[in-house]
Parts: sequence; C-alpha cells; structure tokens
Amino acid sequence: MVSKTEIGGAEESASYKGVWVFAEQKDGNLRGVGLELLGVGRRLADRLGEELVAVLLGCGIEELAKDLVAYGADKIILAEHELLGRYTTETYMNVLAELVYKYKPSVLLMGGTLNGRELAPRLAARLSTGITADCTDFDIDKDGHLLQIKPFSKLMAKIKCRTKPQMATAKPNAFKRLKPDWSRKATVIREEVKVSPNETRTRVIEVVKTTNSIYGNVEEADAIVAGGRGLGSKENFKLIHDLADLLGATVAGTRSVVDRGWLPASQQVGQSGKMVTPRLYIAVGISGATYHTVGMQKSEVIVAINKDVKAPIFQIATYGIVGDLFEILPIFMDRLKKEYQEGVDIEQPSEQKPSNPY
Amino acid sequence: MERKKVSSQGLKIIVCIKQVPAVPDVRIDPVTNTLIREGVPSILNPWDVIGVEEGIRLRERYGGEVTVITMGPLQAKEAVIGALAMGADRGIILSDLTFAGADTIATAHTLLAQIKKMWYDIIICGKLSIDSETGHLGPHLAELLDIPQICYVKKVDVDMIERKVIAQKEADDGIEVVEAPLPVLITTTNSLNEPRLPTLREAVNARRKKIEVVTASELGGDLSKYGLKGSPTFVDKLFRPPARRPEMLLQGDPKEAVEILVQALLNRNIVNVRSRE
Repeated sequence: MVSKTEIGGAEESASYKGVWVFAEQKDGNLRGVGLELLGVGRRLADRLGEELVAVLLGCGIEELAKDLVAYGADKIILAEHELLGRYTTETYMNVLAELVYKYKPSVLLMGGTLNGRELAPRLAARLSTGITADCTDFDIDKDGHLLQIKPFSKLMAKIKCRTKPQMATAKPNAFKRLKPDWSRKATVIREEVKVSPNETRTRVIEVVKTTNSIYGNVEEADAIVAGGRGLGSKENFKLIHDLADLLGATVAGTRSVVDRGWLPASQQVGQSGKMVTPRLYIAVGISGATYHTVGMQKSEVIVAINKDVKAPIFQIATYGIVGDLFEILPIFMDRLKKEYQEGVDIEQPSEQKPSNPY
Repeated sequence: MERKKVSSQGLKIIVCIKQVPAVPDVRIDPVTNTLIREGVPSILNPWDVIGVEEGIRLRERYGGEVTVITMGPLQAKEAVIGALAMGADRGIILSDLTFAGADTIATAHTLLAQIKKMWYDIIICGKLSIDSETGHLGPHLAELLDIPQICYVKKVDVDMIERKVIAQKEADDGIEVVEAPLPVLITTTNSLNEPRLPTLREAVNARRKKIEVVTASELGGDLSKYGLKGSPTFVDKLFRPPARRPEMLLQGDPKEAVEILVQALLNRNIVNVRSRE
C-alpha cells in the first residue's frame, strides 16, 4: 500500500512547500514553545525561501494570531471549533492531518509539551511520515532537506527524514523566540473544519488542576543550582537547597538524582527532563554526560564544581572549580552571605521562591 | 481498517517491552549509524517494567491474560524472561535481521503486524525507553491500530460491563480523568505502580517457559516497512557537540578559587540575581 504522503520521486517531494509550526494554546494562552519554534522556523523558511506558517487550533482564540505574526509567521492557518477548545488527541490530529493533506508542508515542527508528545507521533503515523523527538537544533542541507539535530549516545546526530512532511518536536526552551515585531503583516486563513464529537473516543470526565510544587519552575528560572550523583546522599543534597536559597535560585538535578528519589521528576534537567536557559547555572557534583548537558548548555553562565578534573562538565563550564564540593560549597556560601550583607539593596525572598523542604 | 479483536471474558492485555542498554553511552555502528545493542549488558526498560506490572495487576483484578511482545536481537529474550518471571503469561520476541535498525515508525509497523493477529483489549507501552527517549511508540501503534490512546497514566480502572477504561492521566496543568472504550492503548508513568520483584523461584521457573520467536517471514506483512529500510528517519551524520569555551578552570586553594569565582560573577552582574526577584 502506498500511503498518501510517501514521496514517489523528486517531483512529488518538491510539491511539499513551507515550514509549519503548530502553535499550541491552552485556555486561550499560547504555549511559549510555539513562539520559540517560530524563531528557528523563521531561519529555516528563509534558508528554503519558503513561507513560515503557524497553525492555530482552538475556540475563540483569533486574537492569538497577532502574536504569531509578531514572532515571525508569514501566514496563519486558523481553525476554530467548539470541540477544539480543550485539547483532545484524536480531534486535533484529525484536523491537523486534513490541513497537511490540503497544503502539503515540507516541514512540521511541534512543541514537546505533554499534549505535543501525544499528538505529534500519532499524527506522524497517520501521515506515514517520520518524526524525530526533542531536537536541539535544526538546519537545512544543500538539497533543501531538514537536518534534525539531537544528542545520540556520546555524540550529536544529524537526522534526516525520507518522507514529507519532515516532522520533529522540540522541548520548551530548546530555541529562542525572536524579538516581537508588531509591525509585521501576515495573512490569516480561516479554515472551516468539520469536527464531530464522535471522533474522539477518549472523553475527559474531570480535570484536577494541580498547584505548582514548592520547588519552582526550572524552565522559567533565572538562576539554577543543580546537583548530581556527586552529592552522595539525599541528606547531602540539602547543600544544593541551601545554596539555591541563598541565591534565590531554583533547584534542579540530573536523572540519576531523580532516579534515586533525591528530587521530584519536575526538577530533572536534560534529555529526558527539562531544557533550561537561566542566566546562571551552577552544576555541583555533576560529571556532565551529554544527556544532561544538552538540557543546560544554553545557559548564559555555567559554573561547575567537581572533584574530577577530567569531568566533561568542565569542557562547557564558563567557570570551573576542581575540588571537593563538601569543602567548596560552605566557603562559597559564606562568601555569598558576606557579599549580601555588604550589599545595599537586598530584598526578602519572595513568596514564590522555592522553600527548602528540609 | 479491520475489525477489532476484542475478547468477551477477562482482559486480553498486551505489554510492549524493550530491552535497553544498562549503560548510558552505547557504541554506534559506523556503517548504519545505529546503536550497537548486541553484546551490551542490558536491562528491561524501567518504564516497561511498570507496564508489565500494571498488566499483571489488571489481570489479577479482572481476569484474562498478559502477553509481552518485544522486537530485538535474540538476546532480548532476557527481557521477556524478566517479564515472565514477574507473572506475564506469554512471551513473544520478534527477531530477524530484517527488523534491525528500525526507527519508531518501522518498529510500530513490526509490532502492528504481530498484534493484528492477536486478541487485545488493552495494550500497554512504557512512557518512553531510556535509550532513545522518544515516547513515540505508543501513539504510533494506537494510530496504526486505530484505537484510542491514553498517555501518561497514573491510575487505571476497567468497567467490565460497559467495556471501557477510566484512567487518571498527567496533563500539562494537572490531572485529567479520561474514559475510553476498549480496546485502548495506555502508556505508563512512574506513579502508576510499584513493580514487584520476582522471587528466585519465579525467576528460575520463567526460564523454563516457552518463548515464541517470530521471524520476518513468519510475521509476514509488508516487509518493506520493517527495519532500517522501512524507517523514514535515518542518522545522516554524527558529530561532536561544539564545545563552549571555558573561561576559567580553578584548581588549588578552595578559598582562592571561590574568591576568583565570586569576583567573576559579580563582574558579570550575575551573582545578585537574588535582588531581581
């Protein structure tokens, strides 16, 4: 069976044009990752000499199109329907699949939110096309193919897709959004979509909204103190909380720290956790495996404290201190306290600041 | 799409499992640019262990049968034996050179060919595999089977009279309670259950159980959709991550090192982030 999107030859492949970004919204607010993907999508579309299209699904969300234009879209495809108000995988997928069949985009980028991680792979299977998860960079090769770049064991891989659309997801914070330009103009195409309630076999009976954990959101943090296996125990991990408290920073950790139960999964940074881009990232007792560094290497300043001079974390750290963290952290904290006492403008920690759970 | 094969008594449960390397950095085949899995110390993907456990618990509550399926080299039998030791009834391994080098889509097509031959009410996949970490397989498979999916499940109950699943799942803003008619595919989270550890006797007995090995010709289906050749995505090039330029590496006296660090951070106006709150 030949599927609808299988690329028969160069000619058919060439009929797929344009870079699409799925602009996910929730409760009428755009998810940040969609704007970030417009940033990198802009670069790809310019390289290809094609349009950057944002696809917006929802109900009563037309206003959001303005933001998508300001952040780089040349065209907005807008589908509004009562049944698109709250996300459901099957309805969203059906609508997106019809749009892809109709317009044949060459590239389709989607955010790796929880919804995106359900939607994107299902849509790829529907479209019989390939998909790459959690890309950390994109490029266009000389033949106009999308290069999907992500970590692969100790190295980085450039992945290509033989079929179109070339689909990929990226985590929040993997890319930077452009500075909004509110003078930009773009076309908004309103799509009439036929959606019936029977399309979605899963029915949401109840939504229980949870409040944020005491730990704070690593994805939005300006400063992060992260601990690794080098801390040795959950008790010792208190040092990380202490330093974070002092700096007004958010606590994070590696996968092994989360696996050991020293931190909840919400604080995990790296390939299987969150991508973070704070101004300051302090990595304590973290060796710096690619799986971790891919999640934090775009931080403005990285400080690493580790006893092993050969630890790969020192290759990416702006400032590295080689030594025993149990010796260095107390000195560092004492020095910071001194700094803050001498400073003139010290505000009390705000309410939102993660409190020390110990 | 063909008729759904749904049983009338108990639950026919299929758990898709994967053997993954026990070490994070696996060598890469220089020709195919795929991971070399043969001969690497391996474990059953932890998210799939939770899936096996949930399958067994559902069988204990509602009756039925748990089948585990994996695709991989013959050494992946160990993963199947592990699941049998936990209490799965039946183990199937799809093993053939034709299947090697598959991406997630090709893997889904291979599993699909086997699952289409079977009865199923609930298919369970791990949230993701810890080696490739995509989490794609569950949604791929649900779509190819044309059944509903509920991903990131924290709790699952079955209404045996109306033959539907009621599940709590993680959502971006909290928890959703969702229902879907059987057959359904669910994926795991770590709050779904605490997997049991098989006893030594169970582990020994599991080795005596028969494991069905299915080759490509036995599996049938569209062979062009399997393995490296059937994969729409492929690794084109590998490269070393570009190094950030370290500015300072401080060794020796900790007090001096800390002082230099703090001065550097102050110069960048970065250590007083606290006052920006």
